[in-house]
Amino acid sequence: MSLKLVVGLDGHSTGEKALAHAQTMAEKSDGCELIAVYIIEWSPFTFQTAEENAQRHKRREEEIAIAMERVVTPAVTAMSDAGLTIKGVVRHGNVADVLDDIAKKAGADQIIVGRSSDNGLSSRIFGSATSNLVMSASVPVTVVV
Amino acid sequence: MNIFTKLLTLLGALAMASPAMAQEAMSLDEKVNQAFANATGPFVSFIFAPIPGTSFPWIVMWLVIGATVFTLYFAFVQFRFFGHAISLVKGDYSNPDDAGEVSHFQALATALSGTVGLGNIAGVAVAVGIGGPGATFWMILAGLLGMASKFTECTLGVKYRNEYPDGTVSGGPMYYMSKGFDELGLPGGKILAILFSIFCILGAFGGGNMFQANQAHAAITGLTGEYPGWITGIVFAAIVFAVIVGGVKSIARVTEKVVPFMGIMYVGAALVVLIVNYNMIGWAFGQIFAGAFTGLGVAGGMVGALIQGFKRAAFSNEAGVGSAAIAHSAVKTKEPITEGFVSLLEPLIDTVVICTMTALVIIISQQLIVDADTGNYMLNEAGSAIATVDGNTGVALTAAAFGSAISWFPFVLAIAVILFAFSTMISWSYYGLKAWTYLFGEGETTELVFKVIFCIFIVIGAAASLGPVIDFSDAAIFAMAVVNITALYFLMKLVRAELVSYSDRLKAGVIKKYEH
Repeated sequence: MSLKLVVGLDGHSTGEKALAHAQTMAEKSDGCELIAVYIIEWSPFTFQTAEENAQRHKRREEEIAIAMERVVTPAVTAMSDAGLTIKGVVRHGNVADVLDDIAKKAGADQIIVGRSSDNGLSSRIFGSATSNLVMSASVPVTVVV
Repeated sequence: MNIFTKLLTLLGALAMASPAMAQEAMSLDEKVNQAFANATGPFVSFIFAPIPGTSFPWIVMWLVIGATVFTLYFAFVQFRFFGHAISLVKGDYSNPDDAGEVSHFQALATALSGTVGLGNIAGVAVAVGIGGPGATFWMILAGLLGMASKFTECTLGVKYRNEYPDGTVSGGPMYYMSKGFDELGLPGGKILAILFSIFCILGAFGGGNMFQANQAHAAITGLTGEYPGWITGIVFAAIVFAVIVGGVKSIARVTEKVVPFMGIMYVGAALVVLIVNYNMIGWAFGQIFAGAFTGLGVAGGMVGALIQGFKRAAFSNEAGVGSAAIAHSAVKTKEPITEGFVSLLEPLIDTVVICTMTALVIIISQQLIVDADTGNYMLNEAGSAIATVDGNTGVALTAAAFGSAISWFPFVLAIAVILFAFSTMISWSYYGLKAWTYLFGEGETTELVFKVIFCIFIVIGAAASLGPVIDFSDAAIFAMAVVNITALYFLMKLVRAELVSYSDRLKAGVIKKYEH
């Protein structure tokens, strides 16, 4: 059967584990499409100086280029070399919301993420990106440990 | 022994000389002030000149007439599109693919941090202290009308901004003056733009910088006791330098978070005072309405209340001045008019909400002394303002009013004044820079020159009591409004075309909310 999997990358080993698991799943299935996603944490409700606002568009382009170059492209290349169909995406926003949004729009069967790499006070209070995703996702989520 | 005698003589001579030297230095300082006052005096008195036969400054009339014209021309856009503005700020109409760009909320918050400040704390106390509670009514009215001025200037600011190949943007009145006039085939756009830029730079050095540094120093000495102003000046200049030249994001990030927090805390504290005295809110509004039309015995009666209300609203929300058009122009939108809708919330938050809160707290805390027999307010000995409980005026009156309900609040207020002053400086450094680069071209060296001069003015502003300089810079900010509103009268038909097209598409359902 044909699968469509969304994989969350984070530029760390946790993301790599998620990608490795997705690769295993893909190789077991007949015909699988992967979407590798890197999300730059961003909120439209922050406070910025006028100068930061003026340069925002430029910075955004730079952020996307860096994320593509360092995280997404290496993952896409590795999977393509392994003979898999894969597409890379970089987006800004809330990690859990955007991953779920991409999965919904692409009609994905599953989201695969690593156990969260973020810790500290804020994730203790508001929950980590992974736990938020598990709570709110509209498709099944696999958390790789 | 010989050496000892010589030393004594020298010390004696020094002791004799130093007062003389100090006197000379003082007179030099005075000379500079005097020369500056003489050179700028005619300009200052022209800007703040009263309309013949009244005590009403024509510049305030100019702003109010402008706001009224825009309100009527756009058929009360501030009320018709109020709900839509809220929706835009919430991001209902933002394309999810634009995530990471400047949002409507961010543009509004940035512009607000440039206007919320001393005007809301000290300015209102001055208005109510001189014009009585009735001034609040006229202040609210001026704030509501000012929403239409902001709408007009900010729509044009986004429509005619420059977008550079490297992805940065520059916008503001100088751009819509030159490009907009060209588009309509009108002459003089370039001249207006240059005039506006000159006044904007002067305003940035003065009202947006020296005045703020001066008030911040006053607030700090209120807490710590007297010490030389240049110390505050150098500390502030170093921090501002680190932010605007060094690009130290962490400082800006801290202020970004703390300033809105202080704003919310200020409104929160005002609400606490109002809730504690909930039984007096009705009475306070009674005073506001009664005072608006009778004056309740204030100097100048109803007209006195009206002048103070209008004047302070204009000082506080800067509607029609053109500064907001610079701040709002970085937003990511395909429809310039959407930023116009968002910007009309600015005078509402600044004047109608925050200023009114301050006024209510001052009225309810009964800092203003009422004559028990007549129910009118008593004037102070000079007859120039209403007598207050401890003779406080300005920011001290606001502090006393809050302090009567929350004893430790004056400390928080002092910190708020310092932070608001800092954020206003950062905002105006940008407005001034945009005007500077418009005149002298963009480039790292020209920008650095401006930024260094800006930081030097912080030290001067904190160190000296530069009455004439501050008068002049206030006058420069209002001179911006003379040029800006003139241009807006010519360009407003462009905004109307946008408004008609946008509201038709909104009604027809072409412009839709995005699913989030």
